[in-house]
Amino acid sequence: MTRNTARVLGASALSLVLLAGNALAQTELVMTWYNDGNESEVMQSLLDRFHEANPDITVNLNIVPYKAILEGLPVQLAAGQGPDIARVTDLGGLSQYYLDLTPHLADAGYWTSNFGPFLKWLDPQGEAISGFMTQLTVTGPYVNRTLFEQAEVDMPGEGATWEEWAEASRAVAEKLDIPIPMAWDRSGHRVSGPAISEGAKMFTDDGKPALVDDGLKAMATMLYDWHQDGTMAKELWGSVSGSTYLGANEEFANAQVVMYMSGSWQIPQFAETIGDAFDWWAVPAPCGPSACTGMPGGAALVAMKDTAHPEEVAKVMDFLAQEENLAEFYGKNLFIPGHLGLAQNGIAFATDDERAGHALETFAGAVPTISPIAYDLQGYKYNRVMFNALISRLGEAIVGELTLDQAFERMTQDVEQQIAEQERDGN
Amino acid sequence: MTSGDQLSFSGRLQAVLSWPVALLFRVLDLPFRWIQRVGGIRSMPWVFLAPNLAFFGLFVVIPLFINFAYSFTGGAELFPGDRIYTGTEQYGILFDCGSYIDPTTCRQDRFWKGIYNTAFFVFFQVVFLVLFSLITALILNRKIRARGFFRAVFFFPVLLSPVVVALIWKWILLRDGILNAFLVSMGFDKILFFVSPEWAMFWAIFVSIWAHMGFYTLILLAGLQAIPPDLYEAAEMDGTRRERVFWRITMPLLWPNMLVVVVLALVKGVQIFDEVYVLTGGGPGTATQFIVQYIYNTGFTNQIKNFGLASAASVVLGVVLFILTMLQLAATRRRDDG
Repeated sequence: MTRNTARVLGASALSLVLLAGNALAQTELVMTWYNDGNESEVMQSLLDRFHEANPDITVNLNIVPYKAILEGLPVQLAAGQGPDIARVTDLGGLSQYYLDLTPHLADAGYWTSNFGPFLKWLDPQGEAISGFMTQLTVTGPYVNRTLFEQAEVDMPGEGATWEEWAEASRAVAEKLDIPIPMAWDRSGHRVSGPAISEGAKMFTDDGKPALVDDGLKAMATMLYDWHQDGTMAKELWGSVSGSTYLGANEEFANAQVVMYMSGSWQIPQFAETIGDAFDWWAVPAPCGPSACTGMPGGAALVAMKDTAHPEEVAKVMDFLAQEENLAEFYGKNLFIPGHLGLAQNGIAFATDDERAGHALETFAGAVPTISPIAYDLQGYKYNRVMFNALISRLGEAIVGELTLDQAFERMTQDVEQQIAEQERDGN
Repeated sequence: MTSGDQLSFSGRLQAVLSWPVALLFRVLDLPFRWIQRVGGIRSMPWVFLAPNLAFFGLFVVIPLFINFAYSFTGGAELFPGDRIYTGTEQYGILFDCGSYIDPTTCRQDRFWKGIYNTAFFVFFQVVFLVLFSLITALILNRKIRARGFFRAVFFFPVLLSPVVVALIWKWILLRDGILNAFLVSMGFDKILFFVSPEWAMFWAIFVSIWAHMGFYTLILLAGLQAIPPDLYEAAEMDGTRRERVFWRITMPLLWPNMLVVVVLALVKGVQIFDEVYVLTGGGPGTATQFIVQYIYNTGFTNQIKNFGLASAASVVLGVVLFILTMLQLAATRRRDDG
């Protein structure tokens, strides 16, 4: 072997050792994420910044459809094959898979003082710190104010009921030949706020789920009637089965809907897709005899207990949860903050769109008016069982497969049967 | 360039292309010779079958047994060790009905709705699928102009993924889809196809036939081409009528292929899920919700995942498929014996 060959071989061996050492020191984490708009871009920039400060930890942002978060992720987690971190909306339902970050956090007090009320949504039973809200949401309606002006119909004022809004929307649609006077997301969560306004209690006095009562019946009957008289289009609620989610955001953005019941998470999307094409305007939650409430909710970024790297996961979560990072995330994405300090001090939202600003103000202003029942329902571990029973059976009644009474009976049975199945395991 | 040059070029090309195969054979030669020496010539078929059997066992037989075992358990835990033995309770829940004719009287009304929807779908889908495939095969078997092109056209949808097929048709059938645009241009009103249970079922059947017809046409075409032409020539010389030729020569000789087509279509029809799930989502209401979608929803989309009930429903579906397969075997045997 010549001296040169020996040198080359030596250098190669050294490079290999160094590369292997580097590879061994690298920790790769997976964050499963879904997008309402394009918030993954802001998250990616934060993660890049984290990587610069912590070159030994790489977080791979795995973007999946929202359906995969609802249906695929729970199975993955049950099989122990889940990601290290995930963005979820079934906050309490997946709590058994969350990692308690407390022992790994430098300042757990920061978390409890800034995320306190929402931590209970993630862990209804205990005191664990598992994540933070990437956005706080409030359900509520948007109207196409331009259509109201063109039709010369007055918009109902604050305190107006759902019936008054339905009548006004119908009047606008009739005058301007708009195909859909009113549309609601096909979601039990969206119906629950108005049902509580109509007097639904959702739980018995001892905290057991009791979906069907006079309040819920009143709201469900209204929705049923609106589908029969054309106030709402059957395409949305009647065209799919079970608990399938369908939104009318595209129809609203195309000015085919006068009033659209959805929630605050639509703001960035409407700001981008509608812009100033027409006046899209968030209005306060219409009232019923018991309240004028929407439903709180949101998405949380949570750490998963099956991770092989709890320390590193905690490091990422702690970085992302810092006030300046969250301020950037909420501000750029036009999200209502789920951080008490930021909520109190205010956020510089990255928009000069008057409509988006007004919508953010309206939804943030609605937070104090949210009914305590709505908070309880949002924090209830099996709330999706209730939401799904409500939407799937009401959908079957709307297309004529069940009478309303049969639908109410089935809703109760569905909730009882599913919770009984879960309780077999002693959970 | 001479033909000799062409030959040598193609010969060289062939040698280059077959080189990896030749190398693989050389590598495998030694171990195979050793296996044959140790196990004898009789063991060789099993050696060649082993990879396929292992795959089949791992991904079909073992899950089948696991599914069967799960159908006797309850709770929402995923791993077998964490599940609670419940005996035949899940089957009891499925079959708990006031009247089997009326799904609304059943505890699991959606399971029975799924059964009836599937039966309706399979009946019409199979009948029309076989009929249209036969007609198409008969036409494509004739010496028509651009026969190759038409064969490709009819086979093309088979190459598409079911999700793509469903999305294409969904865009055509939506409120503002191409079909409604055409109807409006002709002076008709728009039809909301996915809101009407009848239309939704019609399109579920239509799209399924459109997507799969090419495959069955190909099987029947192969059968038609295997019929000796001298039989037709003899019939023509005898002056036999066309209908008589069809019923006395074509159909009897095509029968084995027909049987394959019918059974495959039946089995595939009972298993229908992906296309219709994307096309109609099972709606409106539960109008196009089939048995496989019920199993999927029960086991995977509900917040509390009822794997036990979903497994029991899968076993019921498996029994139906088993009966259909037995019927096919019986029919084939009777024909072979006869």
